[in-house]
Amino acid sequence: MSIKNKACIAGVFEHPTRKADTQSLAQLHAESAHGALADAGLTLADVDGYFCAGDAPGLGGLSMADYMGLTLRHVDTTETGGSSYVIHVGHAAEAIALGKCNVALITLAGRPRAEGMATGTAPRNYGSTAPDAAFEYSYGPTVVNQYAMAAMRHMHQYGTTSAQLAWIKVAASQHAQYNPHALLRETVTVEDVVNSPIIADPLHRLDCCVITDGGGSIIVTRPEIAKSLKRPVVNVLGAGEAVKHQRGGKIDLTHTGALWSGPTAFAEAGLRPSDVKYVSIYDSFTITVLITLEDLGFCEKGQGGKLVADGNLISGVGRLPFNTDGGGLCNNHPANRGGLTKVVEAVRQLRGEAHPKVQVKNCDIALAHGTGGSLATRHGSATLIMGRSDA
Amino acid sequence: MSPTERTIPGPSVNPETKPFWDAAATGKLLVKRCTVCGERHHYPRAICPFCGSDKTEWTEASGRGTVYSYSVFRRAPIPYAIAYVTLAEGPTMMTNIVDCDLDKIRIGQSVRVVFKASEDGPPVPMFTPAA
Repeated sequence: MSIKNKACIAGVFEHPTRKADTQSLAQLHAESAHGALADAGLTLADVDGYFCAGDAPGLGGLSMADYMGLTLRHVDTTETGGSSYVIHVGHAAEAIALGKCNVALITLAGRPRAEGMATGTAPRNYGSTAPDAAFEYSYGPTVVNQYAMAAMRHMHQYGTTSAQLAWIKVAASQHAQYNPHALLRETVTVEDVVNSPIIADPLHRLDCCVITDGGGSIIVTRPEIAKSLKRPVVNVLGAGEAVKHQRGGKIDLTHTGALWSGPTAFAEAGLRPSDVKYVSIYDSFTITVLITLEDLGFCEKGQGGKLVADGNLISGVGRLPFNTDGGGLCNNHPANRGGLTKVVEAVRQLRGEAHPKVQVKNCDIALAHGTGGSLATRHGSATLIMGRSDA
Repeated sequence: MSPTERTIPGPSVNPETKPFWDAAATGKLLVKRCTVCGERHHYPRAICPFCGSDKTEWTEASGRGTVYSYSVFRRAPIPYAIAYVTLAEGPTMMTNIVDCDLDKIRIGQSVRVVFKASEDGPPVPMFTPAA
């Protein structure tokens, strides 16, 4: 059984705030939910399935159903960090295909800026009962220095350069200049990136994503409901998910779980990387994009540096337009979890509603990919392939 | 006087991992080995992550390894090097590279274990360039 063409994305919303000093966390979730419902032309009463992850307050799905006043017959709180919401779309499609719900609501929100959280630079502590904690926390693992080790290894093994990584940020900034909500709208050059201060070797300040408050929401529904609404129909064509871990110490930092989630999604969709017109790739750091594109099959392993260089990711310039909203590197990384906004921009592209300066011509097939956790060691990967109704 | 070394938070010890930390206190690095499939693993578990057997035993490692990857965290108040070191016995472990010029750390470099006192727990295994 496949989910291909069994469910549609009928509504999306990206919260416009980037610093939520005056809103609560639950409020940001609810504002995002109502934004996506309005986009779809549905109401809260239509929702019978709800999906959220670790950023939801209190008891997650229970607390948010209580706050929003949802009447549910399906709930899913799958937590794979920033990739959760990409997985949620696939799970929502499964639930809809099986008749478990008709209208699935997915929400994300967070306020790390308002709370003054040292997102990338303070060691993350997931609690002393995390089985790895005692063997890692003492060494000062932060988000940035763990991703940096993957970059360092990739450079060593494949000759990838800082200038090649910088092109990813350059492309994101070229797109962000047209997004009025983007946190960083100034375009940057390769020189700007490689001359910005080193945070953790070999990653510079401009290799890192922004820290923003906000949120977002996605509505997934049955094809017959989606077709009855006024918005362009976006079909879910294929989904893949994978968890990659340390394999008892057989650590390989050169690839991610996209190596498995990608082929699963492509097989379900019956498509190949060359069929994809637009990609939203999780961009917590520049290296995240490079390794993910290799693993998804857009180039051979080790050739990612060449793939991303020379403007090849810039819409209207290169062959593989990516993150046309400016991505996490320039636009938005709400709650330190970028998966949901990746789906949102892919839907905008498929609807033809991206900014005219970055809209990909005849965008009939798009891919969104999420990564959550520590790159290449302990993380979730999720790949989602979507198509325009005529695709 | 400003501190020149990072304060190391102590690892939390539980019944499953206590022998590892007891050995660390005596300057020994232990690695778990499965007596059924023969694989060594790290971090240590009671149940083998390769075959699922509960017949795992503690073995003493040589303390020698090579740097698989590393990153010097320049942004920290006191810069430090996080690394993955591949032990001579096979498993790769997260650690710090210490007692050396951080600018001279290289992938593939030979290193040996040293134990560093933690703030509120047993000493933790770190690595330093092998002479």
